Amino acid sequence: MSGPLPGSPASDMRIDKFQFVSLIEVLDIPETKISVRARIPDDHSIFEGHFPGHALMPGVLLTELMAQTCGFLLLSLNGFARMPFLAALKEVKLREFVRPGSELVCSAERAHDGSGYAVLNASVRLRETQKRICDGTLMFRIVPFPNDELRQHMGDRAHEVGLCISRDGVSLLEKAAK
Amino acid sequence: MSSTFDTVAGFISEICDIPREQIKPDSHVTEDLEVDSLDFLDAVFNIEQKFGISIPLDDWTQQVNDGAVKGSRYFVLENFCAEVDKLRESAASVPAS
Repeated sequence: MSGPLPGSPASDMRIDKFQFVSLIEVLDIPETKISVRARIPDDHSIFEGHFPGHALMPGVLLTELMAQTCGFLLLSLNGFARMPFLAALKEVKLREFVRPGSELVCSAERAHDGSGYAVLNASVRLRETQKRICDGTLMFRIVPFPNDELRQHMGDRAHEVGLCISRDGVSLLEKAAK
Repeated sequence: MSSTFDTVAGFISEICDIPREQIKPDSHVTEDLEVDSLDFLDAVFNIEQKFGISIPLDDWTQQVNDGAVKGSRYFVLENFCAEVDKLRESAASVPAS
């Protein structure tokens, strides 16, 4: 079984596959918090259009990074038993331009645990300077997995980004290996 | 009940952009007011935050989908508010830890 090595550089996010989280660094189940790393590729075709001569990571994709980070937290909290789907964005602010090659840290915490839904606060910072890039409040519907294919895919993705799913719950691979 | 109804109706009016005077105690959330599920979820979120309660929406929806109860049992506003009041009473009777 292979997974990311502790302390290893985060790989680039895979924009074409819509996989924005590179590595989960912190998963705090009791405090319902998560922190992930995400590295923007140095080069990608989206920068040809966004924008010519002024390459910027699109804000909608930074928002997707926050959504995927929140998603991994919610999946971990429910033991990958139910799938969270983004339902609403509230108060999202895009504060700074983000260039190709930037390494980011995205953090999220659950602010409200509802019946079949949850509300989370998330933010993205530049890893090097900790400068805040964007933040927002996101609402998710949490429903049974629509099929086994998606359930399997999410389990595989969890492992790729450093999670271990077991009968005892969800933890970081790094901790599970100790 | 009346204060709960006023609060609930206020949230629904604001979130769903429905004139307050159209929202009555005997209004069905979806059939009369045509509130969609996401806006209703948003209203529930605000109600839970306001009153410090957890509304078992999944369980209620399941009961309706299973045919165990009619939708009006929970989703006509006077019945919804009565359930909210029960939840508020239960929350108030639980000592803070």
